[in-house]
Amino acid sequence: MRSGDGSRRGATEHRVRGQAGGAQFDARVGEELAAQARLYGLSAAKAQERAKALAGQFELDDLLARPVKTLSGGQRRRMDIAKGLVHGPRLVFLDEPTAALDPRSRANVWQHIRTMHAELGTTVFLTTHYLDEADALCDRVLVIDSGRIVATGSPTELKARISGDLVTVGVDAVDLVKTADIAGKFADEVDTKPDTVSFRVPRGDLVMPELLRALDAHDISTTSLSVQRPTLDDVFLILTGRTLAEADHAA
Amino acid sequence: MPRDTWLVFSRAMKLSLRNPTWTVVGLMQPVLYLFFFGPLLERMTEHTPGFPTGTSWQILTPALIVQLALFGASFVGFSLLAELRMGVLEQLRVTPVSRSALLLGRVMRDTVHTLVQASLILILAFTVFDLRASVGAVVLTLVMVAMLAVALSSCSYALALALRSEEAFPAVLNTVLLPILLLSGIFIPITQGLAPGWLYTVSRWNPFTHVVDAERASFRGEFTTDALLTGSLVLIALAALSLLWGTRAFRREDA
Repeated sequence: MRSGDGSRRGATEHRVRGQAGGAQFDARVGEELAAQARLYGLSAAKAQERAKALAGQFELDDLLARPVKTLSGGQRRRMDIAKGLVHGPRLVFLDEPTAALDPRSRANVWQHIRTMHAELGTTVFLTTHYLDEADALCDRVLVIDSGRIVATGSPTELKARISGDLVTVGVDAVDLVKTADIAGKFADEVDTKPDTVSFRVPRGDLVMPELLRALDAHDISTTSLSVQRPTLDDVFLILTGRTLAEADHAA
Repeated sequence: MPRDTWLVFSRAMKLSLRNPTWTVVGLMQPVLYLFFFGPLLERMTEHTPGFPTGTSWQILTPALIVQLALFGASFVGFSLLAELRMGVLEQLRVTPVSRSALLLGRVMRDTVHTLVQASLILILAFTVFDLRASVGAVVLTLVMVAMLAVALSSCSYALALALRSEEAFPAVLNTVLLPILLLSGIFIPITQGLAPGWLYTVSRWNPFTHVVDAERASFRGEFTTDALLTGSLVLIALAALSLLWGTRAFRREDA
């Protein structure tokens, strides 16, 4: 999704900045923020003010005097995002904002993206390879496969519409056929494995009591029972017939 | 645009000041020439017919300053290539900053840098060695060095943007700079008395020959000679054309 910068140009009222970040290594964090603000035409005093405010928003206050090259990956990403906001844009494009970050920094960057959206009302257009990221941050998701939009909607809509919850019942081998019969009343497609029976329904939690009663009536005791909410990865798999990893590999 | 230029300049300058190592490293070459080559030239100027008039230090010092600019300012494009790779330039370009200022601010920093280095060389040549020249000559020399730095750094940035390759850039520069250096008679002046006719003719076509000649004339105190006039005109033309090339390169990037 990183190619074709030409097509992205002009799509926004402010120009698009790249993934690499683009900070001077020897410069200090505060200078970077203030310098960017000055380039947008702010006076020296106003630029300082803006840098301070952004630093506060992105928890960079303690790092203002630190050279950029000494920042960790997560701190660096936060500074880059802060720098992209010096001119108070109404629309921000984030291209894989958490790529190559450790889980903690990732959660932290997510938090700041949420805040930015909630408090400043900034519209965020985010591209990502992590479907859980889209799930966690986005109001509206477009799934793109080989350059074509294959699905669109809110994460909940997508998940409900396409896959539904996965119900898995673990039983002894002798009860397998009977259990599969019972499962067939809830879903058209039942997947039977040597010791489990699984099927998908829109709301796993709602069928659970009825399922348990039916199993009980046939004297079937379960060895395990689980309801898994679908992930966007499941959605992608069902839409494209490939897992995301496979799609990535092919691309 | 002056404001933007100043912003780009002061930011670049601040970063340079934080890393003065490169200023010192850049000075090593001319300093080594002063110490290990200068004394040799002293005898040669006295005994070799065809050498221009003036002491060996009046011949060597201006040459070393031109060499300093030639090799210092010509490589500044390297930093731009690094900035291009790290997305620094892209990040500047998303702002409404004047495109020309992105060039001019940098060129200003490089010019100041070259002037500081040239001044240090001059101080060394005056104090440790036997250089004698008037204040006017020194001022004129520094003005010429500044113009040379403007021309060379502008070209360097334009070339960097044209090549966009950290491998090709030094290769191209070295290929171009060595003949320019040799043909400008920086170490041994290419005079009619010393050089074969064809070499002398070729060297006259090299604009930097005239710059070196002009600086030498100024050091000898010959402010009214043709050499000084020709050199100055060549410098003005070089600086103007280079700035034009440079600003066009930075604007074109906009697309």
